[in-house]
Amino acid sequence: MTDATAPDLPMDLPGRGKSLYDETDRTRRRNAAERRFRVYGLIAISIGIASLIALLVSILGNGLPAFKQTYIVMDVTLSEDVLDKEGNRNRDDIAKVMTFGYAPLIRAAAQDLVRNLETGADTDVAGLTDAMIGDMISREAPGQLRRFVLANPDLIGTTQSFEFLANGRIDGYFKGRVTMESAAIDGNVTPEQLLAADKLEASGALVTRFNWQFLTAPDASDQRPEAAGLGVAILGSVYMMLVVLVLALPIGVSASIYLEEFAPKNRITDIIEVNISNLAAVPSIVFGILGLAVFINYAHLPQSAPIVGGLVLTLMTLPTIIISTRAALKSVPPSIKDAALGVGASKMQTVFHHVLPLAMPGILTGAILGLAQALGETAPLLLIGMVAFVRDYPGVPPEGFFDPSTALPVQVYNWTQRSDPAFFERASGAIIVLLVFLVVMNLVAIILRRRFERRW
Amino acid sequence: MPGIALFLVLALTAVAGYLMGRQRAVAVSGGDNRVLHSNMPFHGANVGLSAFLAGLVVFLGFVILRAVTGMADPGNILAAIVTLGAAVAVGLFSFSRISRDFRARNVTEQMIKGVLIAAASIAILTTVGIVLSMLFETINFFSQYPITAFFFGTTWAPRFQGGSDLGMLPLLWGTLYVSFIALAFAVPIGLFAAIFLAEYANSRVRSIAKPLLEVLAGIPTIVYGLFALITVGPILRDYFAQPMGLGESGSSVMTAGLVMGVMLIPFVSSLSDDIINAVPQAMRDGSYAIGATKSETIKQVVIPAALPGIVGAILLAASRAIGETMIVVLGAGAAAKMSLNPFEAMTTVTVKIVSQLTGDTDFAAPETLVAFALGITLFVITLGLNVLALYIVRRYREQYE
Repeated sequence: MTDATAPDLPMDLPGRGKSLYDETDRTRRRNAAERRFRVYGLIAISIGIASLIALLVSILGNGLPAFKQTYIVMDVTLSEDVLDKEGNRNRDDIAKVMTFGYAPLIRAAAQDLVRNLETGADTDVAGLTDAMIGDMISREAPGQLRRFVLANPDLIGTTQSFEFLANGRIDGYFKGRVTMESAAIDGNVTPEQLLAADKLEASGALVTRFNWQFLTAPDASDQRPEAAGLGVAILGSVYMMLVVLVLALPIGVSASIYLEEFAPKNRITDIIEVNISNLAAVPSIVFGILGLAVFINYAHLPQSAPIVGGLVLTLMTLPTIIISTRAALKSVPPSIKDAALGVGASKMQTVFHHVLPLAMPGILTGAILGLAQALGETAPLLLIGMVAFVRDYPGVPPEGFFDPSTALPVQVYNWTQRSDPAFFERASGAIIVLLVFLVVMNLVAIILRRRFERRW
Repeated sequence: MPGIALFLVLALTAVAGYLMGRQRAVAVSGGDNRVLHSNMPFHGANVGLSAFLAGLVVFLGFVILRAVTGMADPGNILAAIVTLGAAVAVGLFSFSRISRDFRARNVTEQMIKGVLIAAASIAILTTVGIVLSMLFETINFFSQYPITAFFFGTTWAPRFQGGSDLGMLPLLWGTLYVSFIALAFAVPIGLFAAIFLAEYANSRVRSIAKPLLEVLAGIPTIVYGLFALITVGPILRDYFAQPMGLGESGSSVMTAGLVMGVMLIPFVSSLSDDIINAVPQAMRDGSYAIGATKSETIKQVVIPAALPGIVGAILLAASRAIGETMIVVLGAGAAAKMSLNPFEAMTTVTVKIVSQLTGDTDFAAPETLVAFALGITLFVITLGLNVLALYIVRRYREQYE
């Protein structure tokens, strides 16, 4: 404290303005720096959000066409000479004719369709050979026809209308993946075929519509991307999630209850806690190595089985579930516990009758988020053999848990390893399915939290 | 699987035990709860639970026995009889103890506590399992392949016919290079995003931008991998690598690094956001009071105070980057090279673990076993980073509490 007034300062000192309202160079610089800093932050946020948008646009743009598929409608004569030489409609005899025998029928039908079209058209497609016409139909078609005939043997000898998948390249033409220029240099498709496809479309024999088979059909070989579906993968993922839910939720909740409510504060408890937080950060591929070594090489569980995948993912999600469950248990106010203990409940009764029910919404939210994390996990599943090519649906649980299967994210990986670019579209489509599952699970978690979570 | 049928029978036995025990308690007390030490359901639960646990222990014993010796299927008749026999015997013993003074509640609660402890120790067992499963195979590997050649070898060239070069350095180089690019991208962006969200953004911007960034964290890594493969890789190749004459390959260190960087942005930003928010307001107010602008306060007060926590967050992000698999599998390529050109395809430790352990594997050959040595190296590196990061973060948190 002093009574002295400020000495008379010369008002024309360099860098000092006449009034505080006058911006000096230095203030201007500092304010500019302030604005720049703020802009850096905005740019950073924008880059983050732009990346998210780019990611989603890329996946949606590449993947949405997978939900549409090009089909060719044609009449196939189910010739008795080829399909049932005995003429007795005996199923066992008919089954002797392999898909190889059905292919010529389809080729003939396709040639009929295209040639009849041409006669009426103004311009004929020059240089379109019969082989080219036959190749416009998917290699999956003979199998489809054979299944139909085996199911309806009495229709042999008649002419039926069928809807066959178009070849992947023809399909790609209608989705913009294949162009006239690329067809000219592609060994698998010719511009003539594309012209013929255009005509078929104009005549209504070639249609593009929603592709349910993408969601239900099993995987298909490298040669027929148009027939590949996610059926087995979705089923396998669902089975694995069931295993994870049945194992991880009770084990995780039990472990959390012990650590949060009963564990004495000692070294062993400390070790367990440090352990859990470290396990949460162990790379997922290490869990794959664990699964391979323990469940497959040591316990001799079958490879590619949902049970092994489920066990590995259980171990992986346990730390996540334990951490969120403990947070939920911790948020129940001590007054509730004290009240229960005060009226004579045992510690165990307090926890199971009062704390656990109140923490349940939080626990379930954490469990769903843990499941969502497990659903998207790929690396550990690669190591336990889920990359195998599986065309048979796994059976009904519990036996189905031990059948070979695949999983959604692994199917994506699988398709990226194939040579035909049509599989990239399938992979992106599979990602969309995966993301839809994740969005639904997260929405359920958010709704659970909003609806049931209590604020004390 | 007959094991599951056995499990169901065991569960039914337990339910029967519960009903019998409860009935017995009713009979002993003459229907009057007050003369019993414990409530009637506890007597039932004691019988049922003890029978179930005894059966479960014996059943798990058979499972482990089968795994160790490769015989005595837990689903076979002998195992089933022994398991159910043990359950019934223990159940009957508990049943015989029912009396007015029997402390069924205390016994039951002790059993439940035992179950809880067993669940908690699964976390420990997992760690032990991880370490042991990799350790044995790694020792096996080093008995066939010299340890110095693995850690310091500069060529990676596995061959099926044997005589492979399995030097880890090219893989480690690829891993570190990709992680470096990812962190160089994610740390500034994540940090600035966190600063903006914590210090500048109003609550409306915050409530939109923060969840959007966090969506990035919830996207599975296979999605990022596909993004790298079909979008980022070709763009980088066509617009940067080829015009500059740096490479012809879509998969490159740069592709994987950038995409991994995007994946790490929310990781860095949400951790840093928490840490910046934990810096006491009084420190900011002090700085404003002596005339500092907001950015000066952030640069000279908030960041230095939050630095240990931010370093911890960066270390955690680094550990994530080093252990990441799917992005590098799809984005970085498979060629083991030590090059400085970021547009060249290189490979990482995780990629080689996947490639050595998928397909036809022969668990006696060093070409397969090397994956376990790589795995344990990865585990040790990431564990070290995590422990260090958690230590730093924890110490920092205590500073202001």
